[in-house]
Amino acid sequence: MPTAISVKNLTKTFGKLTAVDNISFDVEAGSIFAFLGPNGAGKTTTIKMLTTLVAPTSGSITVNGFDPTKNANKVRKSFGIVFQDPSLDDELTAYENMFFHAGLYHIPRKETPARIKEMLEFVELWDRKDDLVKRYSGGMKRRLEIARGLLHTPAVLFLDEPTVGLDPQTRNHIWTYIKKLNKDRGLTVFFTTHYMDEVERIADKVAIIDQGKIIANDTSANIVAQAAQTGGEAGGVKTLEEAFIKMTGHNIRETEAGATDHLRQMRGAWRGARR
Amino acid sequence: MVGSLGQPILFLVALGFGFGPVYAAAGGGNYIQFLAPGVIAMGILFTAVFSGIEIIWDRQFGFLKETLVAPVSRTSIMIGRTLGGATVALIQGVVVLIISLFIGFHPSFVHIPAAILFMLGIAVIFTALGTGIASLLEDMQGFQLIMNFVVMPTFFLSGALFPLSGVLGTIARFNPLCYGIDGLRATLIGVSQIGVGTDALVVTVVALALVGIGAWLFRRIQV
Repeated sequence: MPTAISVKNLTKTFGKLTAVDNISFDVEAGSIFAFLGPNGAGKTTTIKMLTTLVAPTSGSITVNGFDPTKNANKVRKSFGIVFQDPSLDDELTAYENMFFHAGLYHIPRKETPARIKEMLEFVELWDRKDDLVKRYSGGMKRRLEIARGLLHTPAVLFLDEPTVGLDPQTRNHIWTYIKKLNKDRGLTVFFTTHYMDEVERIADKVAIIDQGKIIANDTSANIVAQAAQTGGEAGGVKTLEEAFIKMTGHNIRETEAGATDHLRQMRGAWRGARR
Repeated sequence: MVGSLGQPILFLVALGFGFGPVYAAAGGGNYIQFLAPGVIAMGILFTAVFSGIEIIWDRQFGFLKETLVAPVSRTSIMIGRTLGGATVALIQGVVVLIISLFIGFHPSFVHIPAAILFMLGIAVIFTALGTGIASLLEDMQGFQLIMNFVVMPTFFLSGALFPLSGVLGTIARFNPLCYGIDGLRATLIGVSQIGVGTDALVVTVVALALVGIGAWLFRRIQV
């Protein structure tokens, strides 16, 4: 099976801090791959390197056959991404956001309206297409971003914590869309999450990253089986969550509030009062 | 838009009618005539820097991230954003100009197109500056510092509110806004301390330079 994403000896340091430490993994084309890890483990940094937002310190990356550091634009055309925080223009309608995306990705003008309709219908937002995005709920925004991320029919879809803060119905909907796309179109999916139940239900393979290093890379059933076998805690390890905690320890990972956290706090305070 | 008009209007009315008699008594002539171009420039300055700074927010939560990951050159994103911000700032300036007409400003209408060019120049300079600075900052906290240590001195040492001479005048010669405002005065009321040709040259050169520097800084953004 061809490889959609290949990472070899990838490292990223910020001054003295090593965020990602010599990791290697492959993602098969057409598979759903989950990337798990505690806070500050290096998940988001890794995704940023795969998606051309951050340059690696060393190591090599291949996404859909291209190197993000050398062929950034070719890589960008080949993936779609749904960020952890919304990146829509609130002052535009859903349709306009999609239209702008089509322009950014050089989708031929003639095809654009049909494609927008197809994607919006897929995420069941077509009848709200002319509403301003600022009137959308969090779940609707997430669905819109999925529709937008796939507008240019990429081979890979990246999702950074896609269901955080969403109600169970919306979470279920989103994973249903994604499984359908994976099955019908062979879409490769790479996602990070804290929700282990999603990983167990959805992912073909899982990699666990902790403190910048990959500590597991297998199917979730195998990871659970392995964790159950290794010595240590009494009482069986039956779920991925238990295996994860066993492998990464019980301590809460304290990380310092960074600039992003400050902005998120401000956003919470100013919700609805922007401009 | 309406909210941000409050400041220029306040300045026009309070300072214009407040200092008017003092200025006239000191032999300066009609203060409103002198002040209005300065206040127009103020409206443009603040709106322009503000729109550049919005990038800090947009980088995490907004549309900017979407554009950074798209197959589009960073330079064209930066130029697009700068022109967009400059357009908003320019419209702000025009609105302040219209309002100032009701307060007693009598500009030379024939020269308004030329004045608009100066307004555009000021808008581009400071939107590019705001964008460049914002490319370096990751947190909105730096924004307060910028307002106090960059924008305010730029405004007060530009000849917007009072004619500059002596030490302040020398310092102001290094301030591009000073040339922009002088150019506005030259076109709108025919009075100029520096000369409209020099003004136009300085504004154009600085605008192009700052767009270039801003684009370079923008290209180096890592989200």
